[in-house]
Amino acid sequence: MHELSLAQNIIETVKQNVTADELTKVREVIVEVGAFSGVVADSLKFSFEAITSGTELNDAVMTIVDIPFCLKCNDCGNETSTEIPMLLCSICGSSNTQILSGDELRVKELKIAEE
Amino acid sequence: MEIIKIERKVLAKNDAIASEIRGKFEENGVFAINMVSSPGSGKTSLVEKIIEYFSGRVNISVIEGDVQTDLDAQRVSAYNVPVVQIITNGGCHLEANLVNDSLKNLDLVQTDLLIIENVGNLVCPAGYDLGEDMKVVVISVTEGDDKPLKYPKMFINSKVLVINKIDLLPYVNCNIEQLKQNALKINPALQVFEVSCTSGEGVGKFCDFLESSI
Ligand SMILES: Nc1nc2c(ncn2[C@@H]2O[C@H](COP(=O)(O)OP(=O)(O)O)[C@@H](O)[C@H]2O)c(=O)[nH]1
Ligand SMILES: [Mg+2]
Ligand SMILES: [Zn+2]
Repeated sequence: MHELSLAQNIIETVKQNVTADELTKVREVIVEVGAFSGVVADSLKFSFEAITSGTELNDAVMTIVDIPFCLKCNDCGNETSTEIPMLLCSICGSSNTQILSGDELRVKELKIAEE
Repeated sequence: MEIIKIERKVLAKNDAIASEIRGKFEENGVFAINMVSSPGSGKTSLVEKIIEYFSGRVNISVIEGDVQTDLDAQRVSAYNVPVVQIITNGGCHLEANLVNDSLKNLDLVQTDLLIIENVGNLVCPAGYDLGEDMKVVVISVTEGDDKPLKYPKMFINSKVLVINKIDLLPYVNCNIEQLKQNALKINPALQVFEVSCTSGEGVGKFCDFLESSI
């Protein structure tokens, strides 16, 4: 798995979005992880902690927001969430469907401590 | 606390490089496939079969991705096609920047079909766009019919499923109908081909499909 390199990507994104002064005040990094993003949330958190420890981001914790898999069927109109993500509608069997959520892997927001 | 909204994909940088690569492919009339599978499903064997099938008719270049060794590039270069080996040194998948760098060593103008053989892994390569026109997932009948259910993301993100080693069907406990059914439940739009790289069965049909996409 490659959670370590994903954590490095996330840190880079954080650095691009705050000033040098704000960097040490980042307290929380909120990351959305979809059910079939292929990412192991615990391992991502672990990697983030390991590589930020002792750096300017030492006091930042990563919070993972789990996003469930959700499929919308364009034929029967149902929105379903199966444990295994499948694009075939589990209600009417139609293949005319669209994924509403579940493949996210996104840095959502940062929380910065105020003076 | 102050909140700073970011809303940025973690792989945004990879995706940006992939778009750049896609532009190069379009500009040079290159059709590119990203071949993914578990280790040993027969990706390199299929690359060899495709080269044999198109020999002289379609200009093929190959990018080989492996964790270690250039053994696959050696196998492919025996067929006298341009091949570049990417060694990831432990990396479990190819990323767009590695592919972009390796393009310097290929002549895209002289390439009709570029085959990128990814690192053997059914999980990680699924999330990384390499600028390809389509992902082709290869699975062999010895892996069992439940794999699409266990690695759904790879099957969702692929356009084509090649079921390889059908010559072994009499000897293994794999229900190929069940395998196809599972794959099509995950992704009903998958184009499915059944082949044997050993006997050559089905290879022509798959290659004809590729040719019609080029
Ligand atoms: N019986 C049989 N063996 C195959 C077939 N295709 C590949 N193999 C064998 O499977 C092994 C792995 O193949 P390879 O192409 O190296 O797989 P890769 O790791 O996905 O690139 C090799 O020993 C091949 O000879 C096939 O259709 N039938
Ligand atoms: Mg190989
Ligand atoms: Zn439906």
